[in-house]
Amino acid sequence: MFGVLSKKVATAVALGALALTALPAQADVIDDIKARGVLKVAVKADYKPYGFRDTSGAIIGIEPELAKDVADKLGVKIEYVPVVSSNRMQFLQQGKVDLMIATMTDKPDRRKVVSIVDPNYYSSGTNIMASKKFGFKKWEDLRGKPVCGIQGAFYNKKTGRDFGAKIVAFKGTAEVYAALKAGNCVAFVYDDSSHVATLEQADWADYEMPLPTIDDAPWGLAVKLGETKFHAMMEAMIVDWHKTGRILALETKWGVANTPFAMDMNKKYK
Amino acid sequence: MEAFYEWARVLYETTGINLPFIYDSYDRGRMIDGFFMTVKLSVICLFFSVIIGIIGAWLQNSPLKWTRRIVNGYIQLFRNTPPLVQLYFFYFAISTLLPKVTNEYGGQEPILGGFTWAVISLSFFAGAYNVEIFRSGIEAVPDSTIEAAEALGFTRLHIYKDITLPLAFRVVLPALNNNLVNLVKTTTLAYAIAVPEMLYEANQIWSDNVNVTEMMIFMLLTYFVLVGILVWGMNKWERALKIPGFGA
Repeated sequence: MFGVLSKKVATAVALGALALTALPAQADVIDDIKARGVLKVAVKADYKPYGFRDTSGAIIGIEPELAKDVADKLGVKIEYVPVVSSNRMQFLQQGKVDLMIATMTDKPDRRKVVSIVDPNYYSSGTNIMASKKFGFKKWEDLRGKPVCGIQGAFYNKKTGRDFGAKIVAFKGTAEVYAALKAGNCVAFVYDDSSHVATLEQADWADYEMPLPTIDDAPWGLAVKLGETKFHAMMEAMIVDWHKTGRILALETKWGVANTPFAMDMNKKYK
Repeated sequence: MEAFYEWARVLYETTGINLPFIYDSYDRGRMIDGFFMTVKLSVICLFFSVIIGIIGAWLQNSPLKWTRRIVNGYIQLFRNTPPLVQLYFFYFAISTLLPKVTNEYGGQEPILGGFTWAVISLSFFAGAYNVEIFRSGIEAVPDSTIEAAEALGFTRLHIYKDITLPLAFRVVLPALNNNLVNLVKTTTLAYAIAVPEMLYEANQIWSDNVNVTEMMIFMLLTYFVLVGILVWGMNKWERALKIPGFGA
């Protein structure tokens, strides 16, 4: 009995010692990237125009271009790793990628899991997409009208309670677009960055994003926890992007109207 | 009542058990609306599905070949497809083919909304089973009884209405009971086409408050009680209709 226990304790102590010695031996991620010659970046591949695939299947968009800037600065090649919202932080934690720029909203609980870099590089909020014929001007115009949403989205409650809209929520965006086209609802309340991309399509030429964006929430790019050197480098990169108007230029290039956030940040750092 | 709401808030603050549908007036309103929507949807579908069952079973014994074929085709179609697929089919496929009406704010909206489609779809779904359930009851009525009625000069409708059906009803009640319980539970599928019933509202509340566990427990208990009331009523009815010596 005592023998088994002491054996366990010995193993635990040995493991602990191993972990301690392992820490200083761990190379900085920047050295790893340079040695490897490749920067691996987690980006979205289904979120036009922030990260999507072109006809040849290559990942392109605003965030891949920002990632390319980082690779250029380090003087290495780039490799895009497509991620979705539910696995992006895990990819970074497990070291499958070195950097994550994947439309992630900056939240305190996420800061505990990955190292989000300040200042925020982008921001998005809530808006509606509606037919131009309704001529909505303010959120209160939605009172008493059916407004489509995604089941479980946090802004459904606000749109329903504060602005009096009747929320008609579906499981996914495909159902919402069908319902919106069929007239089951007058508008679709969702991320403004998604609306921007949808409104680009010819199908939605008669639709607009007419209201002032609310609940503006910043996006955070992230490195693995503990990578202080890389973190500091990214901090300087983001400040530089804002200062030089790189974000504004990318928005224009990819057909997004300049967002107030990007303009404010440009002014702040100029 | 205020004290009860306050108790839920204190419960959350002290134990972390989060019941916002009690202390938050907006969530409470949603949950109550959802509850009554479920009750309304259930009652209307129960009613129509039984009517469909009774009429369908009668038509199934029609002397006309094509009437029988249509009824059987209907049963096969609705019994052999998942109710969720039917709901999506009605709401997204059929609805767009129907004419539209102009609503008060100048938009074009489908003539039938989510609730109506849910009633239609679920009534026909449960109705298909009910036809077969009633058929089993009708077939249990002895031929001699029918022949006696025919000998007395009753018409086919008369025999069905006053002789076959009342006897068949007593035979089918346990099976009908089963199907109607299933129907009440199936109303939860209506959340897929945005009918704000209980599960739909609960889903939104647990997404807003991240209290999935509490809402799941609450949902389970509420449906248990709701279906329990239906079963209690049906059992009572079954006992009241019992004819000593008939059936069992």
